[in-house]
Parts: sequence; structure tokens; C-alpha cells
Amino acid sequence: MIEELLRFFASPGYREMTLTLLGEHVYLSLTPLVLGALLALPLGRLAQRHHRLRGPILGAASVVYTIPSLALFVLIPGVLGTPLLSPINVIIALALYTAALLMRPVLDALESVPGHVTAAATAMGYRPWRRFVAVELPLAIPVLISAVRMASVSNISLVSVGALIGIGGLGGLFTDGFERRYMVEILVGIVLTLLLALVVDLVLVGLRKLLTPWSRASKVVSEP
Amino acid sequence: MIADLLAWLTNPEHWRGAGGVPAQTLLHLYYCVVSVGTAMLIAVPLGLYIGHTGRGATAVVAVSNAMRALPTLGLVTMLVLIFGLGDTPALAGLVILAIPAILAGTCAGVDSVPSDIVDAARGMGMTSIQRLWRVELPNALPLLIGGVRSAMLQVVATATVAAYVNLGGLGRILLDGLAVGHYEQMAAAALFIALLAVAVDLVLAGISRLVVPRGLALAAEANRDGS
Amino acid sequence: MLEFRSVRKQYENGTVAVQELSMSAETGTITVLVGPSGCGKTTLMRMVNRMIEPSSGAVLVDGTDVREFDAARLRRGIGYVIQQAGLFPHRTVLDNVATVPLLSGCRRREARTRAAELLDRVGLPADLGRRYPAQLSGGQQQRVGVARALAADPPVLLMDEPFSAVDPVVRAGLQDELLRLQEELGKTVLFVTHDIDEAIKLGEKVAVLRQGGHLAQYAEPDALLAEPADDFVTSFVGRDRGYRRLSFRDSRRLRPEATDTVHIGDTSADVPSRAGWVLVLDAHRRPRGWLPPEAAVDGQLTEDQLVAGGSLHVEGTSLRGALDSALSAPSGLGVVVDGDGGYVGVVTARQVLDLIEEHRSSVTAEGVAP
Repeated sequence: MIEELLRFFASPGYREMTLTLLGEHVYLSLTPLVLGALLALPLGRLAQRHHRLRGPILGAASVVYTIPSLALFVLIPGVLGTPLLSPINVIIALALYTAALLMRPVLDALESVPGHVTAAATAMGYRPWRRFVAVELPLAIPVLISAVRMASVSNISLVSVGALIGIGGLGGLFTDGFERRYMVEILVGIVLTLLLALVVDLVLVGLRKLLTPWSRASKVVSEP
Repeated sequence: MIADLLAWLTNPEHWRGAGGVPAQTLLHLYYCVVSVGTAMLIAVPLGLYIGHTGRGATAVVAVSNAMRALPTLGLVTMLVLIFGLGDTPALAGLVILAIPAILAGTCAGVDSVPSDIVDAARGMGMTSIQRLWRVELPNALPLLIGGVRSAMLQVVATATVAAYVNLGGLGRILLDGLAVGHYEQMAAAALFIALLAVAVDLVLAGISRLVVPRGLALAAEANRDGS
Repeated sequence: MLEFRSVRKQYENGTVAVQELSMSAETGTITVLVGPSGCGKTTLMRMVNRMIEPSSGAVLVDGTDVREFDAARLRRGIGYVIQQAGLFPHRTVLDNVATVPLLSGCRRREARTRAAELLDRVGLPADLGRRYPAQLSGGQQQRVGVARALAADPPVLLMDEPFSAVDPVVRAGLQDELLRLQEELGKTVLFVTHDIDEAIKLGEKVAVLRQGGHLAQYAEPDALLAEPADDFVTSFVGRDRGYRRLSFRDSRRLRPEATDTVHIGDTSADVPSRAGWVLVLDAHRRPRGWLPPEAAVDGQLTEDQLVAGGSLHVEGTSLRGALDSALSAPSGLGVVVDGDGGYVGVVTARQVLDLIEEHRSSVTAEGVAP
């Protein structure tokens, strides 16, 4: 097995292809993560402010999340008129999943900001949007990041399905390996996908620590 | 484009026989029910045991988290390369993918039963088995069924992908459309897949309402109102 | 009788929860285990139904070591009430109460009939039986918890801080209810609490435990207040011991005296010309308040002309209530009422104090320690 792995990486062709596909995988999974988060925040804010919109927004999110990825990849060009074999379809589909997955946690996070904190911010003269960005959003970060971690794992795993319509990052190793009956290629694809998920997860954990210095500080204080 | 889609949908050819929409929908559904059912037979007893005894709970959480990152296409192609083409290896892949969600849901369900209730059950003279059946299982149902629902979503989606390794079902129609470059066929299949997924989820939500004891639904409601 | 014979509980990490403790609880009485958190009171109680096994020593129920019984079977014969009631959220109130009879092989219909009787007994309306625990208030849940523990008619009842999660008013009601029930049922009750007032109110005997599972004092509540064994018990029993002890002196020998009274609706002509306070009654002779000296009454006497009265003292109950009624009344006259709340007479603080002094000298004369 190890010998075969060495042979796989010894081949310059496979090495180059794997690196290209890895880069593509990162691009295809992380771009929608950012787009999805940027979509979920204003929608969550809307649902929080207007109770009538809550039901429809959360309902739409759960329907989107229910649709299987391959079906969504195929339906998007039909709805938006994008070319069938374009990476944009995968990016849009995964951004929608990310937003759908983040919807509930964003809402919960925004609603979990203590009433006295927002009241204090208003009393100090913050306008609503300014207050949202300066007070509510930072306090919601821990919950947001843990939801983004879930979405990142899900995205990284789903990108490879796109290989069936020709845009799938490391998923290309699965279709290629299957057609050549080359096990090692598939195995490399699986392991690299898992590793990528792990690395991105660690980066997100680090990001949370960086963005919420107060959570460490408060822990020290609360210790007896 | 819409006209092409309508033409495909209204063509009686596509509604007849083994390759038609009704037959492939049923086949898709059959794969899903069989694999989720098999996964439940394995994961529910295991989850109850782990939740009841508290042994191995950390491992379950770690494994089921890691499994969420597992690329489904990679798993099914690898299983088919190892065990050969055919329904069984592909279905085995679906079962493997369904287990973690059900296992995690069951464990979390048993774990979520408040300790004062378990203590009361013990103090009233329930044996370990009676406690599991009469108190822990009924109270674990909301989260257990939640686990089954997410496993089912995963399996409906992966059964579609598994058409790539010659499994039947609606994914077959979609990939066949891709092979011959008929977008209207792909779109129609995608539409049915999406509808099937939503319908299956709704049915499970309905089952959940029927199965979860009314007292628990009321308690959850009271909690929501209280918070 | 419940008997602890030099029981000791040491956990694997070395902490000792109960230290070589011996005591016994009489059949048909309420025995309270009281102490601060970490004193081992709950551990001690849970040894009775084998929820916790002692490291050494033995627990005996009516002379039999509990280890001779199968644990589950033993527990079905011992009622168990815990702090949050621990009701099963997935079962109706009626089925919660019927749990133990069903476990013991009773028919469903029989168990439910019995459960309905018990709901009535703990003062809950029958239609509550169809509801689920989530639909009940905290006080109601606690009553259901008591009914559930009584369902199999166990001779022994273990109660682990059953009333500490409800608000003080509801708690007092539940305590009175327990005392009433106990008068009817005469169970052997072991009651755990951290609240010394609750212990003194409910316990026929009270065991005060100290951190580390030491029995600091085991005595009747009156004796606990009169002669705390050491500094720990003194500080745990708390302030106002002397005053609180009056709870255990009945007031039968107190002689209420008459005072001027008028009724709501009387006209100024009916109000006696007076130099002192006048007690105002309603049509059922229940006290409503006081009319201050020199107050002018124009036309009919109405409620809003009154000064609120103090606490009422029910004839024959403790001297504590009698003294409080005098101290809390604006007129300095404690109002005594009968069981239906009707006016009987008034007492002064001086009368109550005289009675206490009289009692003290008679006890000292008999040669008993004060």
C-alpha cells in the first residue's frame, strides 16, 4: 500500500493534478463559506427584527438544506441561466447551503445577546445598524464560528459531488480513479479531503480565539 | 428551456417501464428505506447502550464528527472498487453514511434525559432495563428521530450520487441525461430528487409528531415560552 | 423502625461523606436530617433504599438489613420524593402516580383508580390526572411527586429536599399539607433539608449533621433550640432561638380579654366614646382592622377608615403566634380568633410573658433543668 502511494506521488503528472485539484477544492469550498455567511447575517438580522419574516426565512432555509447537492448543482443553471458546466453553479449551491445551515444559529446568536447590553448600547447613542455591527455581532461570534465550522466541513465534503458534472476539486480523483480502477487515487482524494476539513477547522478555531479575546479574559476572572 | 422541460415531463415514454420516473422514484425510496432501516438496526441499540452506560460516548462524538467530512462520492467509488459493481457495495456505503447521525442522535437523546428523572426511576425500583425502556428511550425519541431525519437526508442525496457506480433510482435518470447532453432530462430528474427529499423529510417530521410522547412536546413548548 | 448502625461512606477519591454514624428513626414519625451542603445528609438517606451502599456498617428497616433485599424490590416498598419532583415528562400525571403499583404487577385499571385516590388525598383535582407534568405549576408537581411516592402505600417515605425548589408561600402550604397527611397516614418519614426552620416545623426528631458526615446533635426540635449541643449547632440553629422556641409552647392557658368592638357599616352613633383603639369586625365577626383613638367617623364606618391589624392568633396554637399578634398589632392588643376566624378576645404581650415566666418557675420548682 505504502509503496503504491509512493508510486502515486512519484508520478509528476498525478502530483501536479492532485495539487491543482486541491487548490480548486479550497477555492470551491471556502468562497461559498464567505458568501454564505455574508448572506446569512442580513437575513438573520431581518428575521430577528421582523417576526413576520421569521417563519418564511427559516422555512426556506430548511427546504434548501433538504435538497440533495447534485440536484441543486443541476437546477441552478436552469434558474439563473448560468452555463451547466461552470464552477459558479457549485459555488452558488454551496453558498446557499452555508446560508441555510447558518440561519438558525445566527438568529439564536443574535437573540442571545442580553437585553441589557443592547439597551446600554442604545442609551450610549448607537444607531441600530452601527449597534448591530459594533455590539451584537461581536458578541454573537462564538456561536457564529461554531456554525461556520459545521458549514465548512459540510462544504468540503460536498464539493467532490460536483465532479459528476465536471467541477469537483478533489472529487476529480474519485471519478478519474473509478474509471481507471485505480484505488490509490481515490484513497488519496479521501484522505486529502479529510485533512483539508481538519486544517480549515483548526484555522477557524484559531480565528475565534483571535476575534474574541474577551472570552479568554472572562474565563480567568470567573475562576474562583 | 421551460418548454423543453415541459416536453420531457409530458412525454409518456418517461413515465413507463423500469426506467420511467415512477419506477425509479420507488427504487430510490427503496434504497433509502432499506439502508436507513439497516443503519437503525445497528445504531439505535448501540446508541442506547452507550447512552445508558455512558461508555464510549466521547468516541462516538469524535467519530460521527469526522464522518461528516467523509466525501460520499469517494466512499462509494472505493467500496465498489473493493467489492465490485452491484447494489450491495453501494448500499453498504449508504448504511455506513447513515450510522453516525443516528448513533449520535440516539446517544445525545439518552444523554439529554434529566438526571433527576433517571434518579427518580431508580429510586422507585425500576431495574436497569426497565429504566432504559420506560424512561430513557421515550425521552430520547425527539433527538433520536432528529438523527434519523438527518441520516435520511444524507442517504437520499448519496443514493443520487451512487447512480455514478450504476445504482438505479432518480440519479440514474439525471446522469443518463448528462451522458447524452439532455439538460431538460437532468433538470426534470433534479426536480424529482428535490421533491422526493422534501417529501421524505416531511413524512419523517409527521412520524416524529406521532411517535414523540405528547408530554415531551408540551415540555419543549413550555421551555421555549419560558426562555 | 429505621436504624443506622455505625454507617460510614468513603468515596474512591478519599472523601468521607458519612463518618461512623449511628441513629434510629421511630416508626410512624417524621425524622429530619438537616445540615449544610456536604454534610452527608442525602448520602445517609440514600443508603436506606440502597441508592448508595455504605462502605461499612449497616442500615436496618424493622430489624432487617436492607442488603438482604433485592435493590429494585426494596425500592418499590419505600416511597421516594426528590427535589425537582423528577416526574416523567412523557407520562400523564395519573400514570406517573401509578408507576410503582404497575411495576409491582398491579393491573392498570386498579393502579389508575388508586392513583386517582391519591391525587385527591394530596389535594389535587381529579381532572389534573390527564395532564402532563409540563402543564403543572411547581407546587402541583411537588404534590404529584408526593402522591407518586405514596402510591404503593409504603410504610417508609424518603424525602430529599422536596420543597426547596418552590417559592416560600407555596413551600409553607406544602409543609402544612405534609403534616396533615402524616396525621392521617402515620408513615415513617425520613426528610432531608438544609433549612433549619423547615426541620423544626416538620420534625418530631431532628438530626443536625456537620460537614464530613458527623452527627452533631439528635434531639426533639424544642430541645435543639433550648440546648444546642455545641457551637456548630448553635450557629446553625441561628438567631432568635428563644423566640422560635415559643412555637412549642401551646397557649391553652392564655385567657383572652374583651375589648371595644364595632362593625363595618355602623354609624358614628354606634362607635363608643373612647380613649383607646377600637377593633372593627365584619358581619361574620371576623376582625378587619383597628379604628385609631380620636378618629372621627362621619356617617357609616367603611374599610378605608381603618388601620390594618396585626397577625391573628388562633386559639390554642403556639405562644409564638400569640406574642407576635400582640407585637404586630398597632394597638398592642393581639387579636385571638377561633378556628373559623371569628373574634374571641385580645391578649397583651405582658400576658404572654407572664405565662412564660409562670411556666419557667413551675418547671424549676419540679427540679427539671430549664
